[in-house]
This record gives sequence, structure tokens and C-alpha cells, in this order.
Amino acid sequence: MRSSRGVPLNAPTARARTPWLLGVAAAAGLLFLNLPFVVILMYAFTTDEHTFSFPLPGLTTRWFALATTRGDLFAALGLSLQVAIGATLLALVLGTMAALAVANTRFFGREAVSFLVVLPIALPGIVTGIALRSSIGLLGIPFNVWTIVLGHATFCIVTVYNNVIARLRRTSGSLLEASMDLGANTFETFRYVVLPNISTALLAGGMLAFALSFDEIIVTTFTAGQQATLPIWIFSQLTKPRDRPLTNVVALLVVLIMAVPILLANRLTLDQSE
Amino acid sequence: MATVTAPRPDSALAPRSRLGRLANFFYVRPRLALAALLGPPLVWLAVVYLGSLAGLVLQSLYHLDSFSGKVIRQLTLATYADLLSETENYRIVARTAGMATAVTLAAALVAFPLAYYMARYASPRRKGLLYLAVLLPLWSNYLVRVYAWEIILAKEGILGWFIHALGLDFALNALLQTPVVGGPSLSTSFIGVFLVFLYVWLPYMVLPIQASLERLPRSLLEASGDLGARPLATFRHVVLPLVMPGVVAGSIFTFSLTLGDYIIPQVFGNSSFFLGRAVYVYQGTSGNIPLAAAFTLVPILIMALYLTLARKAGAFDAL
Repeated sequence: MRSSRGVPLNAPTARARTPWLLGVAAAAGLLFLNLPFVVILMYAFTTDEHTFSFPLPGLTTRWFALATTRGDLFAALGLSLQVAIGATLLALVLGTMAALAVANTRFFGREAVSFLVVLPIALPGIVTGIALRSSIGLLGIPFNVWTIVLGHATFCIVTVYNNVIARLRRTSGSLLEASMDLGANTFETFRYVVLPNISTALLAGGMLAFALSFDEIIVTTFTAGQQATLPIWIFSQLTKPRDRPLTNVVALLVVLIMAVPILLANRLTLDQSE
Repeated sequence: MATVTAPRPDSALAPRSRLGRLANFFYVRPRLALAALLGPPLVWLAVVYLGSLAGLVLQSLYHLDSFSGKVIRQLTLATYADLLSETENYRIVARTAGMATAVTLAAALVAFPLAYYMARYASPRRKGLLYLAVLLPLWSNYLVRVYAWEIILAKEGILGWFIHALGLDFALNALLQTPVVGGPSLSTSFIGVFLVFLYVWLPYMVLPIQASLERLPRSLLEASGDLGARPLATFRHVVLPLVMPGVVAGSIFTFSLTLGDYIIPQVFGNSSFFLGRAVYVYQGTSGNIPLAAAFTLVPILIMALYLTLARKAGAFDAL
């Protein structure tokens, strides 16, 4: 009966043909998500300095050369890297500790720990931002690089925590027992058994934390003093465009730079699930 | 002849190294070990984060003296009275919540076919590629993605060119004449704000829906078909109820992120305020931190309500 309507009877083995309407809708959604990157790529080479005219009046690579001469750009890039590295290291330590505690022991309030770790990223960024700003201000601490790192580390913990805890859940407890039975103490077991097991999860979580911090703008505007991270530099260009061709080039470079840790993290988490 | 080597007494009972002694110390006191492990992250989150949130609530109970322009550190409800007596604030909340609702509904509509195709029809290889095509926009720089739309929506820009080339100028003009959502151009109207929000948060909707579709057992769909349901009936009565938690899980992100964003309504749209932008201006330009703090409690309350409802819908298992 059903095969007469074109649906194969052995549906689980044979892949059903995609209904055309679904195919079109899925393709449209996919294009919507990714075409803006093509636009970014295109406009990095436009000769138009003042508007976003389309079709492009001409193509040039001179804005890339110009970008290498701009000190403010490199200062912003340097600060962003510095902050992202600091926040990632802090998140790696704190996130791993929390994950080890929650994975290995049952205790009262275990659920609350997971909730607390996720909260800084679940609440709207403006809440985190203004809460940190008003409290840091209340304590009279000056806003500088360290206050930016403080804010970033807080919401980066979750990426490390999630990756490590997922891995620990799949790691068999008998491995730890075997290590201890063979005479290794807690630290040696961590160094020689746990760490090699969670290393790729740490790397993936760290990459995501780095990406999260490197891109962050909402909390950063609240916790930064006079310093400009790369996102703050881009934001100032969005509200008061002064160097339009330069912004186009920076946009393309940021997309390309960020693709690396994201693709790597994706690779690492794929390996672990197989 | 297997001989069992006895552990060297000095290594098992009295470790020589200081680290070894510390390990033993913690091994016999598991509670203390737990505290040592959990302490630093918990102290960090409790002090830095919960402490800041508490500080925020505290500051909302202070008041800005309108003559001296200084914050008076005395507990009072005057700031809340100010917040509630200003009718513009209600409009801001309604505008923001309305935008968040519209963005969430549209995101669910756009995300569903894509997620459905990924989960049900794509070959494993293609699924991996599609997954990346959703993941990369999700993780790429937020500002760059907003900037891309500034290029696209510009009057002389790419979208305008295509609309003109297709001879659809009249449709665009009609759309922009719509009261409330219209405006002088796409980028300065609410339609523009909506489009950019939809674009920026869409991946957050695709992934949970796809995950819950993956978990849907094929046998249920076959059973429904065998019992005589046509594909549409199966979709309506089997797929949709089972995937709903995934949709709600995605909606938590799209709704919360739209509520708190202050950058997109600043770059696009007319100058009317959204929640995030209002808070930003209160604390920055007008220096009224108590009012900003009190206003920040509005999205927190809305999200608390939303999360409670989402929990009832079983969305937390789908996260």
C-alpha cells in the first residue's frame, strides 16, 4: 500500500527522498546563515571608501597593506589576545576543578554547582555586565585589564566545565581504582591517568573559552576602563564609522582567525564521541 | 612461580615526598578533598558573580539625588517608585518583550526545516558539514555578523540592489509604510532590527531542535504510519509534541539574548529604546546606577518566569 505512494517499504535502510518544500526551506535557512560571510569576504576588497555600494566599483588589496601600519589596531588585537589567554587559563583551572568535584563525588548541592556555573552565560549579558560594573565601582577598584579578565573568566568557566564533565562521565572509574591499587597517589593518578584522558576535552573547552572571550563585547564594555579590545575597536567603528575600508578588512580577518579554534574544538569533540 | 611483591612499607605507609603525604592526607579525608577541589571555583562564582548580583540588588535600593546628582547610600524604595511611575518604561519593556517574542517565533519557523533536514534526510557526511555551517556562525564574532548586516541593509547596498533588480521596489516601499514596524529605510526600521536579531540568534534555535529530532525514534514514525496516519498527521500528532522541548530550549536562548542585547537596537532601528539600551544609558550617560540596577531586575524576572515555564515544558532535558 505505502510503496504505491512512493515511500519505500524498507524505509529504515533506504534513505527517503527529501520532500522538495523541506529541501528548499532548509537551503534557504542555510543560505541566510552563511551568505553574510560571503558579503564580508567581498567587501574587504572593495575600492569604495565611503559607502557600501553594490555592485562593487572595483577590487583592491591595498586595505590589507594599510591595516598593517595601524598601531591602534595592533594594540587592540594584543589586548584581546592577552585577555583571552588570561581568561582561558583561569577558566581551565576553575572549570576542571569544579568538573572533577562534581563528577567524582556525590554531595549536597551538587545540582546547584552546575546551575551556578551556567548562570553567568544564561542570564542576559547586560545583567552580568552591569552587576560587575556596579560592584567593582562600589568597591572602588579601578577598571583595567584585570577587571576585563575577571569578567571573562566568570562566563568562560562553563565551556571548560561542560567539556571536561562530559569526558569524565565516559571515563571508567575502574581506571582510577586500578591506578590507586598499583600504588599511585591521588596526584600521580591525576597526572598519569586522568589528565591524559581529559586532555582533548581540556583543549576543546579551552578553545571555546578563548573564542568566547576573544569575541565578547557586551560584558567587556562594562568592565573595561579606557582600554580597547578588538571588539571594542570594531564597535566604535560601527557607531562612528571613520575607517570603513579598514573595518571591512578587520571583519574578514577576525572571521578567519576565529574559524581556527572553532574548527579544532569541533574536531576534538567529534573524536571523543566516536 | 608467581610471587606477590609486598608493597614497600615506606611508600605505602609513610610516603617520603611532601606531595605524597598531602595525597594521603586528602585520601583519608574525602570531604576535605572535595572542599579543596570545589572551593576555588565555588568561591570565584559565589564572590565574583553572586556577589555582584547581590551588589546590583543592593544598589537598586539606593537613590540618586536629583539636585546633587550623587547616589545616596541609604536603603529606600524611591528608585522603584521612579521606575514604575514612568510610563515610557512600560513601553520599553513591552517593545523589548514583543521583539523577543517575534524573533523567537520566527527563529523556530526558520530553524525547524533546517534541523529536520539535518536530522532526518542528510547523509552522515553532509550532516557533519551542515553542523559546521550552523556552528561557525554561532561561534563567529557577534559584532562582525552585525556589521555584515550593516553592509547588506545599507541603502546603496546589496539587498537594495537585488530588490531593485527583481523589480520589487514597490513591495519594499509597501512594507516600510506599515505602521509601527516600518520606517524610512530597512536599516532604520524595526524590520531591520528584527532581521538582524533573527540572523544573530538563529543557530541557538537550530541546534537544540536538531538534537531532539535526533533522539526521536524512527519506530514511532513508522508505527504512526502503519496505523494509517498520513505524513502531515504524523508530524502534527507525533513529531511536534516530542520535539517541542527542543524548541522551548532553543527559545530560552533566542528570548534571553534578545532581551539583554543593547548593540543591535543601537546600530539599527530608529532611536527608540530597548531594555538593554535603556539600562546602558541610565548607568552611563545619566550616571543613575540605582535606576539602571532596578531596571535590570526586569529582564531577570522575565527570564525567571520564562525558565519556570520552560522547565514545566521539559525543556531542560533537551538542553
